[in-house]
Amino acid sequence: MGDWLSNRTLRRVLPWVAIVIAALVLPVVLPPFRLNLLGRFLSLGIVALGIDLIWGFTGLLSLGQGIFFALGGYALGMHLQLNALAPGELPEFFSLYGVKILPAFWQPFSSPVFTLLCIWVLPALVAGVLGYLVFRNRIKGVYFSILTQAALLVFFNFFNGQQKLINGTNGLKTDTARLFGMLVGSDGAQRALFWLTVVLVIGSWFLCRWLTRGRFGDALIAIRDDEPRLRFTGYNPTAYKTVVFAVAGAMAGISGALYTVQSGIVSPQYMAVPFSIEMVIWVAVGGRGTLIGAVLGAVVINYAKSLVSEALPETWLFIQGGLFLLVVTALPDGLVGWWRGGGLGRLLAMVGRSPRAATYPELDLDPAVAAERRQLEGGEA
Amino acid sequence: MDLLYDTLFNGLAIGSVLVLAALGLAVVFGLMGVINMAHGELMMLGAYTTFVVQNLFKDGPLEALFPVYILVAIPVAFVVSGLAGLLLEKTVIRRLYGRPLETLLATWGVSLILQQFVRSVSSAFAIGLVLAVVLGLLIPRLTPPRLWQQRWTPLLGVGSWIGSGAVGIGVASALGGVRVLDQPWFSARNIDVTAPQWLRGSIDLGALNMPTARLFIIALTAIALAAVIWFLQKSVWGVRIRAVTQNRSMSDCLGIPTETVDALTFLVGSGLAGVAGVAVTLLGSVGPNLGGNYIVDCFMVVVLGGVGKLVGTVVAALGIGVLSYIVGSGSLLLVWPAMPPALNELVTFFATTSMAKVLVFALIVVFLQFRPAGLFPQKGRFVEA
Repeated sequence: MGDWLSNRTLRRVLPWVAIVIAALVLPVVLPPFRLNLLGRFLSLGIVALGIDLIWGFTGLLSLGQGIFFALGGYALGMHLQLNALAPGELPEFFSLYGVKILPAFWQPFSSPVFTLLCIWVLPALVAGVLGYLVFRNRIKGVYFSILTQAALLVFFNFFNGQQKLINGTNGLKTDTARLFGMLVGSDGAQRALFWLTVVLVIGSWFLCRWLTRGRFGDALIAIRDDEPRLRFTGYNPTAYKTVVFAVAGAMAGISGALYTVQSGIVSPQYMAVPFSIEMVIWVAVGGRGTLIGAVLGAVVINYAKSLVSEALPETWLFIQGGLFLLVVTALPDGLVGWWRGGGLGRLLAMVGRSPRAATYPELDLDPAVAAERRQLEGGEA
Repeated sequence: MDLLYDTLFNGLAIGSVLVLAALGLAVVFGLMGVINMAHGELMMLGAYTTFVVQNLFKDGPLEALFPVYILVAIPVAFVVSGLAGLLLEKTVIRRLYGRPLETLLATWGVSLILQQFVRSVSSAFAIGLVLAVVLGLLIPRLTPPRLWQQRWTPLLGVGSWIGSGAVGIGVASALGGVRVLDQPWFSARNIDVTAPQWLRGSIDLGALNMPTARLFIIALTAIALAAVIWFLQKSVWGVRIRAVTQNRSMSDCLGIPTETVDALTFLVGSGLAGVAGVAVTLLGSVGPNLGGNYIVDCFMVVVLGGVGKLVGTVVAALGIGVLSYIVGSGSLLLVWPAMPPALNELVTFFATTSMAKVLVFALIVVFLQFRPAGLFPQKGRFVEA
């Protein structure tokens, strides 16, 4: 037993080993349908990480992440539509509306390099501009949430109504297109996309971790906890908020592109109001302010959703609504936050398994003492 | 000239629904800083109440009174939605005081539950639900109090609610076997409320054709607005509400029962949503998704009008209504047929209801760049500008 196998190193290495093994084994074990679902939900983990960045760390509750998600999806969707064509042809749906010439903004999307850039640069730009305009005026809190939701509705109506430009409510199909010589809908391509998703989720996680540690992260948390004080200290919160909102937008775009190719279609439904609020609840359930919680929340809730919807479709909305209420009232830090805050120890203490306490344990666990302490701390019992 | 009147009337009609819908939201938001995402669903409850009242009057002893059922539906809807709102305030929102973003998420959860409730409620479902709630409330009363003072009491509480929920679900699914009890009351389909005869016609004033239903809504809005203004300005509780709106901690110090004020405001605000729901039934068929169509518009009205000012809400709603109608109907083309082709194309581009919304919302966002606090900002000195 050398030093390198100490408890701490082991704890640090083991999760990565588990992830690598899972990423290699799952595509073999799972049937293609389930693997595809898992890949989709993992890609939603990226948008959840972005929301965690802006909501969990910076305190900006955006109800409009669907804009950036769908923009990324549409960028890739348009490229795939053009990719499937012989030169001089138009995507099929255009003929339905009598459009003869490819609209100008479609042209650059035939280039794969431009598309790959566009998937994350375009949402980041939109988020940056929108964010700058809002943050400059010190619009915050629920106003910010409402404005992002209004912006979402604007984009939704626009994409939904414009048949002649982007096929309106029908969306763009990506299944039959070819990407790097493979049919996008084929099992082989889907497996490759699954691995790509895993790599990108891990990459995003590292990016978020890097952003939230160090001075930048401290500034974000300061904005969340007491923005005026940060401003009076001489920082400019607008710049920080704009940057972090743009980063979250870029992540949403990447997530949307991955989700699009794995579900075979991009449609204005990605910008529907409920979907964007659902994204927030993934983060809330997993644990805001904890990066791993965002990813876990996205995967677990979506998996639960697909399982429940298969068995008892009527009950899903009840469960989802109940989750919103439960998380907000009983688990404000989410599952991961609850675990890290010693929630399990408290639960065990209730059934008599005393945790190792620094003080005389009986005193710590006596409900009367606990109630008195809460009162002294200033909360209502 | 006719076109002007036509535009004004239709814009006013669209705007007055918005006023009615946003009024309750504005009062609550001004007072408590709480965004109630379930406001649209409270409207839906009002609409479904109207449907139930209408069915009561359709056959049986009350048939002779059918023409005036809508006048009965208004107070009933107010009470139903108001009580639902009161329940929401007492059980959820009160716990989240001072955490507006969490409140927003929690009320969204409530709105989902209400939507699905309306879709799947049947007699069996209702019996099971009532049974579960009654059981859950009774268990702490009927068991020895000693059990409720232990360190594991929270677990017991959760467990007893889970148990009574399971009993409720069990009873509901057992009763679901009976055909009569299993019939959903409303189902997921849209419902149609038949307006009484006198609301179906229209009044012709020269070239202007005014549907009576629209006139009725405008009148209803005016009355509701007058009532709210009277309540806030003249009644004792109105004065208290305004005091808490302006300065909560000061009012608290002066002995105003702020918790009662919160509950009352929420009741009134939710009741107004119910009245708006009655009005909406006159415009077409309504369904469980009714709330979603109005909620964002209502938020925009509140944000544009400025918080805590009723005049702002009214001006903003009517402004949005008129502007939406002008843009959406493309009436600029009629006024100025000879406009340059580029402009013509632009006007036609936005001349649908959904594209009009795109333009109007975008304009609001631009407007807020210059007046971040809305049309009628609240004056005063705050740390948080």
